[in-house]
Amino acid sequence: MIARKDLVLEFRTRTAFLSAAVFTALVLTVFNFGRDPTAVPTLDLAPSILWVTFTFAAMLAFNRAFQLELENDALDALLVSPISRSSLYLAKFVANCVFVGVVECVGLPLFVLFFDVPVWGVLAPLAGVIALATVGFVAVGTLFSAMVIRTRFAELMLPVLLLPFLIPPLVGAVQVTAALLAGRPLSEVTGWLRLLAAYDIVFLALAAVLFPTTVNE
Amino acid sequence: MTLAQRGRWVTLVGLILLAGVYVRALAFTPTEATQGLAQKIYYIHVPAAVWAEMSMIFIGLASVFFLFLKDPRLDRFAEASAQVGVIFALVVLTTGPIWGKPIWGTWWTWDARLTLTLLLFFIYLGYLVLRGAITDPGLRARYAAVIGICGLVLVPFIHFSVLMFRTLHPQPIVLKPSAPSLPGVMLVTLLFSFGVFTILYIGFVMQTYAIAVANETQVDG
Repeated sequence: MIARKDLVLEFRTRTAFLSAAVFTALVLTVFNFGRDPTAVPTLDLAPSILWVTFTFAAMLAFNRAFQLELENDALDALLVSPISRSSLYLAKFVANCVFVGVVECVGLPLFVLFFDVPVWGVLAPLAGVIALATVGFVAVGTLFSAMVIRTRFAELMLPVLLLPFLIPPLVGAVQVTAALLAGRPLSEVTGWLRLLAAYDIVFLALAAVLFPTTVNE
Repeated sequence: MTLAQRGRWVTLVGLILLAGVYVRALAFTPTEATQGLAQKIYYIHVPAAVWAEMSMIFIGLASVFFLFLKDPRLDRFAEASAQVGVIFALVVLTTGPIWGKPIWGTWWTWDARLTLTLLLFFIYLGYLVLRGAITDPGLRARYAAVIGICGLVLVPFIHFSVLMFRTLHPQPIVLKPSAPSLPGVMLVTLLFSFGVFTILYIGFVMQTYAIAVANETQVDG
């Protein structure tokens, strides 16, 4: 219900979605100028470009997730309502997942267009690995964003805290994406897929357990 | 004697013994055949690395217990351990390249262990920066505990993910399933140095802990 409320709010205002999508498009454009297409084949660089873009786009989304609640003390209202803290976390998690997912849905076609990457044959597994990594990103990001909004320099604090935690899913996602785009079989990267899945499960569970301590007074 | 003074004495003993480690490593331990003198840094590098990781484990454990017991001493210990851990990680990240340049021919490489230590260093920094950004002590302690626990859980993940890349780093030669392959004299020097770093860790933690207590009483009074 809270997830729905958040999403309805986002869709009504559209500002956040729009700015996040434009940001994604801009990062992809900037990457185009940050490389030498004659020296480095696009395919070698494409997975990194895709994932660095998605990481930054996700970070933007997290900064926003609890900001809204803080502005008119809505978070306190949510906390006194008879909803368990863990379901509050899960609602926020789902809302963030949808938000980041929508931004990725905008980012992926642009990525294919700008860098001329052959994704058509591997679209389904690619979407799968994006989903897998996104769940990991959002699980930790939602937990941390609930904390940093109450600190000073929140916008700066979140990346400083969060980026080291995004490294394992990021490394895994880049490896699997590289294998997919190069047309190598998925069986080569089962280790990475397992790592991604384990990361998702462990951090989602851990965050759901720890979240109550971040909001209780 | 106050905690700070005792900490200072322990640290002093540690520093004197550290000088002893240098003397023993340079004068009384044979030089390694292929690496030459560069290998001497091993006696500083490895104990510092062990304690840099141990600090993270202590922070994680202290954080778990803090959330259950709400004992401010655990929080202060975690903070002190983070401050010492970040320094030891820095020692590892400094001595590593000094050894790497003559032996590997490069200051830095994205090898598994190097990446792990670098990320450990970043987790410590994030942890300490977060603490600095919260003024309310209760809130600070709880948030720091959450990061501490997450950090402890993250370390094995980073470990696995970086190990799946190929590694250049020398493999462990003491703590491995088979018997240690380090010659006896060198092993003694290493263990001696490890003991000294343990004393240094305790001494540093005692002092930073005392500083944390002093800061709190200052705020209260």
